[in-house]
Amino acid sequence: MASTEEIRTELAAIVNEVAGVAVEDVQLDKSFADDLDVDSLSMVEIIYAAEEKLGVSIPDEDAKNLKTVGDAVAFIERAQA
Amino acid sequence: MSTVVITGFGAITPLGGDAPTTWEGLLAGRSGVHTLKQDWAADMPVRFAAESAVDPETIIDRVEARRLDRSALFALIAGLEAWADAGLGLDADNTIDPERLAVVCASGIGGMQSLLGQWDIMNDKGGRRVSPFAIPMLMANAPAANLGLKVKAKAGVHTPVSACASSNEAIAQGLDMLRLGRADIAIVGGTEAVIHPLPIQAFANMQALSRRNDSPETASRPWDTGRDGFVLGEGASLMVIETLEHATARGAKIYGTLAGAGISADAHDIVQPDPTGHGQKSAMLRALADAGLTPRDIVHVNAHATSTPQGDVTEAGSIRQALGDDTSHVVVTGTKSMTGHLLGGAGALETFATMMALVDRKVPGTINIENLEPDLGIDIATTVRTLPEGPLAALNNSFGFGGHNVAVAVTNAHQTR
Repeated sequence: MASTEEIRTELAAIVNEVAGVAVEDVQLDKSFADDLDVDSLSMVEIIYAAEEKLGVSIPDEDAKNLKTVGDAVAFIERAQA
Repeated sequence: MSTVVITGFGAITPLGGDAPTTWEGLLAGRSGVHTLKQDWAADMPVRFAAESAVDPETIIDRVEARRLDRSALFALIAGLEAWADAGLGLDADNTIDPERLAVVCASGIGGMQSLLGQWDIMNDKGGRRVSPFAIPMLMANAPAANLGLKVKAKAGVHTPVSACASSNEAIAQGLDMLRLGRADIAIVGGTEAVIHPLPIQAFANMQALSRRNDSPETASRPWDTGRDGFVLGEGASLMVIETLEHATARGAKIYGTLAGAGISADAHDIVQPDPTGHGQKSAMLRALADAGLTPRDIVHVNAHATSTPQGDVTEAGSIRQALGDDTSHVVVTGTKSMTGHLLGGAGALETFATMMALVDRKVPGTINIENLEPDLGIDIATTVRTLPEGPLAALNNSFGFGGHNVAVAVTNAHQTR
């Protein structure tokens, strides 16, 4: 099972690949939409890529509630547990 | 009715990554056709094409590029080059009233590589891996829409689709918009990016493509007796057109006048041109009438001339019919001999070449003619020809599957560059 920091690092790489956000900016307290300027379609792509790379399932109804990087990391941690 | 002038050109083509390099390549008689190096090409019946001389993904930012079909990448590169060539800026440096700015960017086929690529992903990895950007990538209007977003065009953004006549139709539509007062300035042209095994196989199965696999550079040979089909090309060509009043008011440099356009349909066959040439002739005559020109004014025709056995002969006949006794004064060329056939990008690329021929008074030669088809009755340039001094007018022909015919007329009137 990956640590919080390991999940954040993986997620940061995905956000960088999809939306071009610098990996060091992808911190737990950041909002995808408001702080990182990730649009809704890019967010969908990030969720799908996270499912594949981190081996978890993130249903669409849950994905809608992942507003911050911390929300996403916590969801993935629980899903991996 | 407003006079409409051309003030900027952009192109990304098999001959170069920009308009000046493309024009230099045409005058130098260079072929942009090569053997395809992709693994999938090895087993294809046709193993060559005219790929873009520059990879668009080396120009457009990585994150932006992954959301755009290759056809949209080409359109953005050529469209923004034309915009800059017209002396215009972006964002804070964009001085054009967005409500008076239009984009008309055609595509013959649309985002086919994105469509097929996402279908492959769905089959290989499952539906959940299909990109949420798939639809805005593959839709045929995506190149126009993305270009419109960049320059903030709010007078209208359009995408005519008429196969290989598409981008001449885009030019005609932009001309209409400016004349009707719906915009003062527009970026018009077209783009295509379908060098992919499926369209190549499909065109090959139609017997439409040259099979000269052992000599790709000589495969596109309009009016040569050994011609055996067209060569697929890719790229985009866009131009900035504006009313003479708008261009003059902002001190724009002018290449020449977009004098008129003529559109017709064959109503004959879904892929074969009407062998009588009636529809093609009508398009040329309508372009002349629209431009206020007579056959005697025309010094040059950039022909559609795709290097197909039937098409090249039909077009020679329709040029003779349209221009009559004055055909002997007209220098005809087929620049697809160098660029291959850009389908929905072809008309705009060749209108660019037609206008530049008047600017430089030099018509590019048609390459690869070893044995000229007899009795064509038109004067075909096989090397660079010089045009006379004084006022000049020329036509560019584009004809598409579906029986679409669009001729565009340009002149060197109002030229300041």
